[in-house]
Amino acid sequence: MKFGLEKNTETPFPRGDFAAAESHEKKGSIGVEGEAASRPVTVLKNGSAVRLTGMVKTSGCAAKLPPEKLHSVIDRLPLQNNPNLVEGFESADDALVYRVGDGQVSVQTVDFFPPMVDDPYIFGQVAAANAMSDIYAMGGEPAVAMNLMCFPSCLDLDVMKRILEGGLDKAREAGAVIAGGHTIEDPTPKYGLCVTGFMKESEVWSNKGARPGDCVVLTKPLGAGIINTAAKVDEAPEESVLEAVRSMTTLNKRARDIARKCQVHAATDVTGFSLSGHASEVALASGVSILIDTKSLPVMSGALSLASFGFLPEGRYSNENWLYGKVSFAPDVPQNMIDLVYDPQTSGGLLLFMPDEDARRFVSEMADPASCAVIGRVVERGGALISYS
Amino acid sequence: MTVLDCVGLSCPIPVVKTKKALKEHPEGLEVLVDNVAAKENVSRFGKTMGYTVSVSDEAEGVWRVGMSK
Repeated sequence: MKFGLEKNTETPFPRGDFAAAESHEKKGSIGVEGEAASRPVTVLKNGSAVRLTGMVKTSGCAAKLPPEKLHSVIDRLPLQNNPNLVEGFESADDALVYRVGDGQVSVQTVDFFPPMVDDPYIFGQVAAANAMSDIYAMGGEPAVAMNLMCFPSCLDLDVMKRILEGGLDKAREAGAVIAGGHTIEDPTPKYGLCVTGFMKESEVWSNKGARPGDCVVLTKPLGAGIINTAAKVDEAPEESVLEAVRSMTTLNKRARDIARKCQVHAATDVTGFSLSGHASEVALASGVSILIDTKSLPVMSGALSLASFGFLPEGRYSNENWLYGKVSFAPDVPQNMIDLVYDPQTSGGLLLFMPDEDARRFVSEMADPASCAVIGRVVERGGALISYS
Repeated sequence: MTVLDCVGLSCPIPVVKTKKALKEHPEGLEVLVDNVAAKENVSRFGKTMGYTVSVSDEAEGVWRVGMSK
């Protein structure tokens, strides 16, 4: 096997030039299990070393088709009227919800994308955690999953094995079973899962139920898209990359488990359409507006600094474009904070809407103030869908 | 003024090339880009490095990002 942790000697600049300390961002050591994930890892292609992220143009959830393009197509497709279909794609919810009898529903989702890290095992973990997150965002638990793999014919097959092992290990941690899948030869590697969970229909969290007065809780820090963009060219500080990897490989299981004990009115997860995009989907579906305090946002270390230096993925701009007119900012919100709230996240946190007391209890039980915080409040619909101060 | 051609390049490569070119030409630079992300990102980089940044239309879908002290 050839994914030794070789330092890429062709790196044009030393890593972490832009790692200016920022008082807003949290400090502290980051532990990632297993290998030193932040160092460039090379895999074999036709006998020469390449980086997985060097084989792709866009990566992670930043590779999603821009939302306005997606909606220009799916909005013209006929709606399916099936009495058993509880949530279809018209509500922009995280998963399909289908009645299977006795008050039970199946919750299904599919998610796959090109690598945002060079280590194939970590890529597998991130892709699986990201795919299963949609089930957690509905309040459910993943039960069964199938692999989706696109793999270049020129790449060493051990790389595919490591990706699949990463996915299997994450599924095992989630208590889900992966059995089977589908593999296509493709010049750009991609991996993900189709996941199904089962739960009571009455316990499904949708995008629809947010009420004026609810607190908005975010369970993971923002900045993964920015850090992944800088890491691709070795410009991200090592501690930022480690923090992003740790966050992206963390299942939203614990957040979901703790939130199940609270009165959750609505929920989603924050992925490629950014905090602004996913929050606006809830605001739209629930008929409310949302106020977010940018000073309360959990941020990955280094992300704001890297944003100031222009390490922003294309998805950041397509997200803003799609949300034009729906989001407003107080005049004193700095540019890099605006960048952050449009940054496409990969395997981001849950965005939960619940009453004050439940939100306080939830955040205190999560006990991770650097990652999980109350970030805003739901108000009656008026003005922009999302207003940042 | 030195001109750096980043037409056809997608992010983060234009920022990396701009950084390298500014090390050789600290007095300033003009960067040609052909996508919004590159235009915005190169502008952010220039501003954060302390340059005065101006953006003008070069041709259909191509911008000239000027950086001067």
